[in-house]
Amino acid sequence: MKRLTIIIASSFISFINWAQDNSSGNIQGDFNLSTQSYYEDRAINAEKVDEFMLMNAYSNIRYNKGKFTAGVRFESYLNVLQGFESNFNGNGIPYRFAQYNVNGLDITVGNFYEQFGNGLIFRSYEEKTLGIDNVMDGVRLKYSPLKGLSLKGFVATQRLFWEQGPGIIRGFDADLNLNEAFSYLESSKTNAIIGGSFVSRFQEDNNPVFNLPENVAAFAIRSTVNRGKISFNTEYAYKYNDPAGGITFNNFAPGSALITNLSYSQRGLGIMLDAHRVDNMDFRSKRGGTGKELTLNYIPAISKQHAYTLAAFYPFATQPLGELGFQGEINYTFKKKSKLGGKYGTQVAVNYSRINGLNGGPSELTFNREHTPIFFSVINEELYFRDLNFDLKKKVSKKVKVMLNYLDVIYNKDVIEGKITGKNVHARIGIAEVNYKIKPKHTLRSEFQYLSVDKSDEYYKDQGDWLMGLLEYTFSPHWFFAFVDQYNGGYSSEGKTYKAVHYLNISCGYSKGTNRFELGYGKVREGIFCVGGVCRNVPSSNGFTLNITSSF
Amino acid sequence: MKKLLIFTAFLSISLISFSQNRTLPKVDLKTLDNNICNTSEFDNDGKPIVISFWATWCKPCIKELNNIAEVYEDWQDETGVKVIAISVDDARNMSKVKPKVNALLWDYDVYCDPNGDLKRAMGVVTIPHTFLLNENKEIVYQHSGYKDGDEYDLFKRIEALSK
Repeated sequence: MKRLTIIIASSFISFINWAQDNSSGNIQGDFNLSTQSYYEDRAINAEKVDEFMLMNAYSNIRYNKGKFTAGVRFESYLNVLQGFESNFNGNGIPYRFAQYNVNGLDITVGNFYEQFGNGLIFRSYEEKTLGIDNVMDGVRLKYSPLKGLSLKGFVATQRLFWEQGPGIIRGFDADLNLNEAFSYLESSKTNAIIGGSFVSRFQEDNNPVFNLPENVAAFAIRSTVNRGKISFNTEYAYKYNDPAGGITFNNFAPGSALITNLSYSQRGLGIMLDAHRVDNMDFRSKRGGTGKELTLNYIPAISKQHAYTLAAFYPFATQPLGELGFQGEINYTFKKKSKLGGKYGTQVAVNYSRINGLNGGPSELTFNREHTPIFFSVINEELYFRDLNFDLKKKVSKKVKVMLNYLDVIYNKDVIEGKITGKNVHARIGIAEVNYKIKPKHTLRSEFQYLSVDKSDEYYKDQGDWLMGLLEYTFSPHWFFAFVDQYNGGYSSEGKTYKAVHYLNISCGYSKGTNRFELGYGKVREGIFCVGGVCRNVPSSNGFTLNITSSF
Repeated sequence: MKKLLIFTAFLSISLISFSQNRTLPKVDLKTLDNNICNTSEFDNDGKPIVISFWATWCKPCIKELNNIAEVYEDWQDETGVKVIAISVDDARNMSKVKPKVNALLWDYDVYCDPNGDLKRAMGVVTIPHTFLLNENKEIVYQHSGYKDGDEYDLFKRIEALSK
């Protein structure tokens, strides 16, 4: 509260200063409101809520003048929407900061988001639709002492709903662009950047049984090399004896992560290869924490992020405890007026990813067991996820565009969702989308999606097959109307039988400039849902939804 | 309650300065080669600039930028406009941005905002979100979401600026 007062005071001071020059600075804000009513619907396991309707809302206000910026965010969860943690319930200002730049020294006091390298040991970020806000609160400095060298450092605590986590986090990062720093490399065709970071957590040890380390450190080194059409990125991270896996296990094993990426691209063609190995890299600002809370690092998932509803039905989530993964992707455009390109050209993409467990599981070091997995092992290891997919976009005529998708996915539900099914799910998904331009600003869009699970005994049938149809009419720039039906033919699981069900949903939206209103009614299945040009993550429910977003 | 008062106070102080057009905030971004680039270096010799936020996984965003790409040459000839595409892909997809942009034959200036610094500074809630900047790099128009045909409306505004 005191700090907040200082921020306000400093904005007053700057306000007085404005009077002396003509510019009065910039003010900017945004607003987001999501409300939903919930009715009981046994067919889809949707529950009624006592409040009748729930709401998530927030608004950011920022003021900037020259080298000074200050901002606050008001958040309101009355009460929080289903699918989010109920600990969010209430109102407050969890985000406020002031930032200024004096002769190249950039100072932030209050809240800040930051990322070191790829985020393997530190990434503080927000993703409101997922209920993630790992914002830091403290002091951050950035400075560039010489050309090509950027330094960052901070000392802070991390947000936990309306409180702060127990750990004090210290971090330092350096980034050196070799071509800018050394004049004799300036004209080199090869461009190279190296970097390193260090993060340390302090948390008091009040465990009566174990003598836990109060300071736990992690470091990472990285490099990027570009030459012509080729880019290569790599980062290696190491985490020291962080007691994890539940304090009772007293697991003091170190963690490590290695990610590499190689890409080649020229006009019309892009090729990308990714590989990563992660071992015991769950790093949080609280010893032995779980869930989405207080995570300090971010291990990017090594699979394609799908946007179509049924393509995103079985999405992979990184297993920070341990995994070995690969991914390759080719994007190609057949040129206009070529044989396969036709009059308007054809865009195609192929993507493959495969992730398996580490040899014998992640590193472990307890009082009765010590295990370090071998570095590389793919054969005979537990498969976590595999996805082979094709994507084709083609403009057929002036009015018609067609998009086709096919995916073949193997999904380890036990590992990814923590359920015990004993078998993997094998799903094949086919998607066709047609856009028809009725008039220049009027477009009719339809999607047809089919998800079929492998029925053989080798695989778990999960919820069986799914069928989805979507019809959307847009009238630029203001209106859209959409009708969606997702159909599940029924299935039985754990002795229970689920009947066939239609998830019908209708929605319409109006937008003008940055104001956007969207009203919907129907049954919603959990997943990423895109309508009218915006994608959101939606939990399962039955009821009315109203979303309003705005910014200025 | 006290917090709310302070919030309101902040709001009212800020509103005093609301009369003028907003300029582009100064934020560090990454180029496709991972170099650091500040938004203050954005320039188009006094001609309009379009800034469009997108991501490799966002279908409507790619649709918008694909549709603009079809007419981009004409737009440039007629108005000298420059389109800058800001990818908000995080570390998961950042490495896909450069191959994707090349494969899709986009002739835009493309930058990455992996931790959402510019996104936050410009008040972008959902993507796609598109801004139009005038000759003084002031934001004169913005819209969020994309519907087929929105580019006609955007181009009218670009034309109005370049007259």
